[in-house]
Amino acid sequence: MGKSVAEKIFDSHFIDNPADDVCVIRLDAVFCHEITTPVAINDLVRRGKDRVFDPRKIKAVIDHVTPAKDSKTAAQGKILRDWARRHQIRDFFDIGRNGICHAIFPEKGFVRPGFTIIMGDSHTCTYGAFGAFAAGVGTTDLEVGILKGVCAFHYPQTIKINIQGTLPAGVFAKDVILSIIARLGVNGATNKIIEFDGPVVEAMSMEARMTLCNMAIEAGATCGICYPDEVTVDYLWDFIQDEFASRPAALAAYQQFKPDPDAQYEAVVDHDVAQLEPLVTFGYRPDLVRPVKAMEGTQIDQVYIGSCTNGRIEDLRVAAQVIKGRQVHAAVRGIVAPATPQVFRQALQEGIIKTFMEAGFCVTNPTCGACLGMSTGVLAEGEVCASTTNRNFKGRMGKGGMVHLMSPATAAASAIAGCITNSKIYRS
Amino acid sequence: MKNFNGTVLFLNRADINTDEIIPARYLTEISKEALKPYLFEEIHLDGFDPRRDLAGKKIIITRSNFGCGSSREHAPWALEVNGIKLVIAASFARIFRQNMFNCGMLAVELPPARIDHLFEEFASHKTTITTDLARNRFTVAGAGKQEEVPFSLPAFDRALIQVGGWVEYADARY
Ligand code: SF4
Repeated sequence: MGKSVAEKIFDSHFIDNPADDVCVIRLDAVFCHEITTPVAINDLVRRGKDRVFDPRKIKAVIDHVTPAKDSKTAAQGKILRDWARRHQIRDFFDIGRNGICHAIFPEKGFVRPGFTIIMGDSHTCTYGAFGAFAAGVGTTDLEVGILKGVCAFHYPQTIKINIQGTLPAGVFAKDVILSIIARLGVNGATNKIIEFDGPVVEAMSMEARMTLCNMAIEAGATCGICYPDEVTVDYLWDFIQDEFASRPAALAAYQQFKPDPDAQYEAVVDHDVAQLEPLVTFGYRPDLVRPVKAMEGTQIDQVYIGSCTNGRIEDLRVAAQVIKGRQVHAAVRGIVAPATPQVFRQALQEGIIKTFMEAGFCVTNPTCGACLGMSTGVLAEGEVCASTTNRNFKGRMGKGGMVHLMSPATAAASAIAGCITNSKIYRS
Repeated sequence: MKNFNGTVLFLNRADINTDEIIPARYLTEISKEALKPYLFEEIHLDGFDPRRDLAGKKIIITRSNFGCGSSREHAPWALEVNGIKLVIAASFARIFRQNMFNCGMLAVELPPARIDHLFEEFASHKTTITTDLARNRFTVAGAGKQEEVPFSLPAFDRALIQVGGWVEYADARY
C-alpha cells in the first residue's frame, strides 16, 4: 500500500510503538522561543536534567517580545539566553539578529524536506511547506524533545487538498488558506495532516507555501505539507550545495518525500480557486470568512502587516505596491513589522521601507509583537484591527479588541481607505 | 496519580480556544500558580462569569474542539492551579489533549449524543463526578439522579497518567 508524505517520514524516523497507533519518532530539529521554552528549561533544571540531546539540532530565538518590554519578558529572554550559552547552542538569535521563528528558521536553511521538527508553538506547521513533518507541541513535549530528541504522535492520517485553477489578480495564498479553513471548519482537520497539491501550489513561491501551511493549524491540522520541487531546491540551494552535486541531483533525492501514487488518504478534496475573491474574517474564529466586498466599509482603527503568516518580503512587496504614493487614512494607525532582519534589509534596499514610511506607517523591528497582543501595537477595548496575522480569537491582539484577518494587499488597501476594502489596483 | 473527582462546571459552547482559557498576555508568567486568577478571562460565553462560577469546580464538561488554537501548555496549567484536572468533551484539539496527558491530567472524549444528554440532564443542577479509572466509568450525580457513564482511555494515555506525565515516561524508556 502506498504511503503519504507524513507516513514516509514517520517510517524513516520510527523509534517505538508504545501502544495502539502511537509512534515515538526521532527528531531532526527542536526549535525554541522565549515564551514556551523557559518553563521547560526551569522544569529540566528542577528535575536535575538540565541537558540537551544535541546542541546542533536545537535552534533558538527571542522573537515574541523583543526588545523586552518589562521585567517579566526580560527574565524570559534571560533564561533562554543563559541556557543557549550554557549548552553551546550556536544557532541562537538575539537582538539585532532575531526575527519571527517561523520566518527566520527556514530562511537560515534549518528546514529540509523529510525533516521531523517540533517547537512549542502551534504555527510550527509552517515548515511543512518544505516537505517536512513539523508540529506544534506543548511545553512537556518540548522538554522531552530537548532532553531526548524524540516525540510521540499518533500515526498520521492525511487529507489531500488539490488546489485547482489559477489565482485571479489580487488573490493570494492568504485568501486560499482562508477559503480552505472556511470549508473545513476550525475542527475539520484535527489530528490530521493536510497535503496541499495541485497547480496552484506548484506555481507558488516558498513564501506563499509557508503562508498556506502556516494556517493549517487553524483547521486543527497537525501539519500542512507541500511537496518538495524545483522551487524548494532553489530556495535551499545555498544551504545544500555541499550535499548534492547539482540542483537536479537534490531534486531527485527529494522525490522520496512525495507521496506514492497509490497513497491512502482520509479524504481527497478538490478546491477550485479560479473564482476566488479576496477574503476577510469576521467574528472570533478563523473559519468565519466572507468576501472583502461583503465587509466593505467596516471601520478600522489599526492596520497590522507582519507575523509568521505574512511578514515576508513578498508580502511587504505586495503591500508596498498598493500603498505607494498614497497616505494612511488619518483615523488609522498603520504598523508594519518585517519578519526577519533579512526581510528588513531587503525591504530597505528595494525602497519598500521608504514607501511605508512616506505613507505614514510605523515600521517596527522584526518581532511577533502585536500578533499576540503582547507589544508594538496592542489594541484598546473596542478597537478594530485589519491584520495579516493568523488568529482572530477574542482578545488576541488586546483585551476587548476585534481582529479581521486578510491578505497584505487587502490590509494595505484598508489602511489607505480607513475601512475594510479591496485594493483598487486589482480592479479591472 | 491525580484525583479526578469533584464538582462539574458545564461550558456550553464548541471551539473554546486556548486564548479564551488563558490569554497570551499572561504567558510572561513563569510560575503556574501566577496564572490562577486569569483562567477563562477572555471566554466568549453568555451567562458565564469565571469569578463567580469557577469556585470549587474540579471537572469541566464541554462541547467539541475544546482547547483549539495555541500550543500553550499554560492552558492545562491554568486549569490545574484552579483545581480542574479532568475535562470531558465531545472532542479536543490535538495539542491541548496531548498537553493534558503529558501533565498527568485527564481529557476524556464522549460521543456527542452522550454530551448532549449530560447537558440536558445535569447542566442546570449542582453535579458531581466520581471517576473509576480501573472500570473506565464515571458516576455522574446531581438533580436527585445518578448515572454511570462508560468511557475509553487509550493505553498510552493511561500509562502517562499513571507515571505522572511524559517526562517521566520518556526518560525511563528513551
Ligand atoms: S507571529 Fe504571531 S502567530 Fe506567528 S509565531 Fe509570532 S505570535 Fe505566533
